[in-house]
Amino acid sequence: MSNGAEEGYSAAGEVGLLRTRRSLRANIWRGLKSAPPTALFGMTIISIYVFFALFAPLLAPHGEAEIFPIAYAPWGEEFLFGTDQLGRDVLSRLIYGARNTVGIAVATTLLAFLIGGSLGITAAISLGWVDNLISRAVDVLMAIPSLIFALILISIFGATVPNLIIIIAVLDATRVFRISRAVSLNVVVMDYVEAAKLRGEGLGWIMRREILPNIMPPLIAEFGLRFCFVFLTIAALSFLGVGIQPPTADWGSMVRENAGLIQFAEYDITAALTPMLPAAAIALLTVAVNFVVDWFLHKSSGLRDEH
Amino acid sequence: MSVDHKGQIGDVLLEMRGIVIDGYSDDRWHEIIKGVDVVLKRGEIMGVIGESGAGKSTLGLAAMGFAQPGCKINGGSIIFDGIDLMKASEDEKCKLRGSRIAYVAQSASASFNPAHRLIDQTIESAVRHGIMPENEAKADARKLYRDLQLPDPDSIGERYPHQVSGGQLQRVMTAMAMSPRPDLIIFDEPTTALDVTTQVEVLAAMREIVENYNTAAIYITHDLAVVAQMADVIKVLRYGETVEDADTRKMLTNPEKEYTQSLWSVRSIVKEEEVSQDIVLKVDRVDASYTGSVKVLDDVTIEVPRGHTVAVVGESGSGKSTAARAITGLLPPSKGQILFNGEPLPPALKDRSIEQLQKIQMIYQMADTAMNPRHTVRDIIGRPLEFYLGLRGKERDQRLLELLNMIELDDSFIDRLPAELSGGQKQRICIARALAANPDLIICDEVTSALDQIVQKGILQLLLRLQEEFGLTYIFITHDIATVKAISDQIVVMLEGRVVEQGMKSEILAPPYPDYTKLLLSSVPEMDPDWLTGLLKERAKEQPPV
Amino acid sequence: MHPVVRTVLQRLGLGLVTLIVISIIIFSSIEFLPGDFGEAVLGQAALPETVQAFRTELGLDLPMHERYFNWLGGVLTGDLGNSFSGRGSSGGMDRSRAVADLIAPRLANTLFLASMAAIIAVPLSLFLGITAALYRNSIYDRVVNAMTLTTISFPEFFVAYLLILFLSSFTKIFPSLANISSDATFWERVYLSALPALTLTLVIVAHMMRMTRAAIINLMASPYIEMARLKGASKAQVILEHALPNAWAPIVNVIAFNLAYLVVGVVVVEVVFVYPGVGQLMIDAVTTRDVPVVQGCAMIFAATYILLNLFADIISIVTNPRLLHPR
Repeated sequence: MSNGAEEGYSAAGEVGLLRTRRSLRANIWRGLKSAPPTALFGMTIISIYVFFALFAPLLAPHGEAEIFPIAYAPWGEEFLFGTDQLGRDVLSRLIYGARNTVGIAVATTLLAFLIGGSLGITAAISLGWVDNLISRAVDVLMAIPSLIFALILISIFGATVPNLIIIIAVLDATRVFRISRAVSLNVVVMDYVEAAKLRGEGLGWIMRREILPNIMPPLIAEFGLRFCFVFLTIAALSFLGVGIQPPTADWGSMVRENAGLIQFAEYDITAALTPMLPAAAIALLTVAVNFVVDWFLHKSSGLRDEH
Repeated sequence: MSVDHKGQIGDVLLEMRGIVIDGYSDDRWHEIIKGVDVVLKRGEIMGVIGESGAGKSTLGLAAMGFAQPGCKINGGSIIFDGIDLMKASEDEKCKLRGSRIAYVAQSASASFNPAHRLIDQTIESAVRHGIMPENEAKADARKLYRDLQLPDPDSIGERYPHQVSGGQLQRVMTAMAMSPRPDLIIFDEPTTALDVTTQVEVLAAMREIVENYNTAAIYITHDLAVVAQMADVIKVLRYGETVEDADTRKMLTNPEKEYTQSLWSVRSIVKEEEVSQDIVLKVDRVDASYTGSVKVLDDVTIEVPRGHTVAVVGESGSGKSTAARAITGLLPPSKGQILFNGEPLPPALKDRSIEQLQKIQMIYQMADTAMNPRHTVRDIIGRPLEFYLGLRGKERDQRLLELLNMIELDDSFIDRLPAELSGGQKQRICIARALAANPDLIICDEVTSALDQIVQKGILQLLLRLQEEFGLTYIFITHDIATVKAISDQIVVMLEGRVVEQGMKSEILAPPYPDYTKLLLSSVPEMDPDWLTGLLKERAKEQPPV
Repeated sequence: MHPVVRTVLQRLGLGLVTLIVISIIIFSSIEFLPGDFGEAVLGQAALPETVQAFRTELGLDLPMHERYFNWLGGVLTGDLGNSFSGRGSSGGMDRSRAVADLIAPRLANTLFLASMAAIIAVPLSLFLGITAALYRNSIYDRVVNAMTLTTISFPEFFVAYLLILFLSSFTKIFPSLANISSDATFWERVYLSALPALTLTLVIVAHMMRMTRAAIINLMASPYIEMARLKGASKAQVILEHALPNAWAPIVNVIAFNLAYLVVGVVVVEVVFVYPGVGQLMIDAVTTRDVPVVQGCAMIFAATYILLNLFADIISIVTNPRLLHPR
């Protein structure tokens, strides 16, 4: 209303934030179009990984643990990336690795969010002794580097996949707890939560309808970051030989099993690259997720660039 | 030029022509300032006034050749005393800033470096620019502290910023600006963050010192009554454009543009007070405290007559919002009781019945935070309809539209999110949400203080009309006396958790006043350039300096 | 008492409590071992008497709190118990070694490696982080940012093997194995540790640089920094006189956090380069489920981590003007 005062005041004529309404699909499309190349690259890579993980059995030329008579076969037509120390096809194991390594990391991250997220929101709403108890317990758990803690627990309980998932998820849930408590606290103090309490709404409604929708964006970004961390931790454990155990195809263990080949770089460069392939597969996915999260954080925080 | 200006007004000091400034937001550049001219003479004080988003601060910084991060000066010329700031190098501008042009920011507590003593920060520019040697500058700073009536002027400079109060810090910042004896000071909303009684002291100190040293100033504020005390000329800014330029007295008595008039439009609402004996809510000798130690409410009694408005006034920390929390049950009283329609209410929120909750509704100061940003208008207003009245589907939507009509909005708003509404529209939706419950009593907690003047007027008129139509009762919590005059029947004055005075509007706003009420009322700036001068004379008469 | 002293003492007390709680957790991990672990350690053929003697030696017959104080007393006097490995099934020939003897020489190696990495990494990342923050959004900033974001996404072993590939396999500049013997001279050690130290450096520089940059940008956005610019301070004066005095706490926090991170990174890097440090010892012990050794190593890592964070907190307390100059 450039001259509203002259024309008399009208509430409906007041200009809100200039913001055109779009459908969800249009919004997503617009978001994608404005994404920087790094984020687009990241999203492409993630989709490719998901595709390989879902259709591993159809895409892999050989079985996951199928053993051929030639160990350390060179790269060639039969075995594109050669075979490993037992005579298993490296390419097939790489493809199955997408399913195993990424799948386990996703499951762990989800579990960590389930535990940490629900505790975090509960602590933020109840405060008082509940909050104190959980927060102090988390402080203690976080006082030891989580890799070290994981090593202690693995040495006690043994390195099985369910153990790994639970151990890493519990340790990582501490970080999720911290962030979800912090973001929920920001929402809990809002007047609209107080308004809901004054209306007489129950705790469940307040959690579900008032708080959860407002803490989703930071939690989604955090999910990406936590996934990277979990993924790297599991890869490191497997690489150290105390994570995912053979014969399951897994990138961390594949690096370890074929690491010796790197000595032969001057004679056969492809042999030296064999252990690098799974390592690069890990690195590429983490880079991709980080790029997407970086863009998402930048967008949702509304950070402004200096000129 | 105001008649009581003691200094000399000389030749042109600052000349800004056709200033264009762009700001970056929402992934693109917008024009914030669209070709504004400023001409300021030596010793002259220009008030720049406008509502939020008018571009006042951006313009003020541009007078120093400075653009905040995310902004750039894109056009026009800035000539300061013959120096072209648009062409000057960063080095040359550094030499001017803090020596010949100084700046006083809104938030003093954030603008002082926490790691240095006040006096070192005060004299920093004067010493850096070689205007005075250090010990001379320190002596001068102490003199300035004394001029600004700071307590312990000889030692206050040895303190750190967190060790002094906000009002004192604001005065130290004025001393800091004055230390290099600049030709021009930019004051950017220097008293906005202060309580009204503190504001008067700071205002008086600033005016005195600026006039004594004959310094030119640009005084930026949204409050016309404040700027009227300071400025010789006033510039009204809106959407980055000049609305009107005029001499202060002319601007107040005879503004050319209707928009200018709307800047004090709240003051034009008149409400006749009415007496009533039908008490809907009684706060009966209530004590309350947060941690069990300090009482935040001390023996508070408030009676609220049905169909009328009780305004609760006081400064920050007076306990006026706490009283609302006690009434709603968020802070159960430690002593006394709250009677609603003659029945005692359970002290704690969780013990109250749905009907009891339904009959008392609340509207908040910040409509932004009072609505869930993820809920549409339909969710926001619809929820109490479902929750209290059990309305569903068509019936609910029918009632929703009626409510939207009552608050003067149409059905195109029904699916909007809060982010798609203006400030005034948001507050209207909050009013509709309260109305949806069919309440007897609505508590309005500073509901207009975050809004621009013209929008405030619209909201207050709406509330008055709804009161007339539906016989609503309001408890109106505010610190703004103009709002109180506009809307209340009765007034309760609070100080430090106690009720200082209570009665009909006509009784409270007329002499004889108790001391505090008088201080509070007399500290509210009036639309009269002589108000501050008159007030200071009167106060000096009553309390001769020791 | 001066508030700074009081706060520091409180923080020290809290650190001590954390250490005690952590020691209880690490100690009680042995409680969760499966019931038949005696057989598992000593072998299937172990005699019942041997197993019983083994349980007595571990003190499994005593009540738990008593065993804890015995263990804690041992830890405090440098006795971390004996390792499980090397125990015979028949009791007579016990070749197990004291955990403390196993750890001591390796701890020196690990500290050497970690300090080497820290000496390069800390100044380098502070320099990169501060310059990137000051020239925010310049080409330099973008390049450094993209590179560090990539580096933190890499698993440590990937960085390690890349370095081996280029600096060892192809060019033979450095050895790919860092099996340091105890009689190696200082410079031999430096030479042998070059690649592991470089790997660690790359990994923590990336983290530390990003955190430093964020801390400085946060600081430079303070209103008092803008005020300093409006008072005519030059860029250098703004940084040296106004930003730096307030930057110590965030910078020290970043350094401590990353040195603590070094503790974790060192485990993987030691395994890659077969470096005889505590990390590798711990991994071997985890693989063979040699619990006393795992406990000993974990206690050392945890204590280092807690002490570093404690140190950072104390620095931020003593540089905080609000605490230094109370009202």
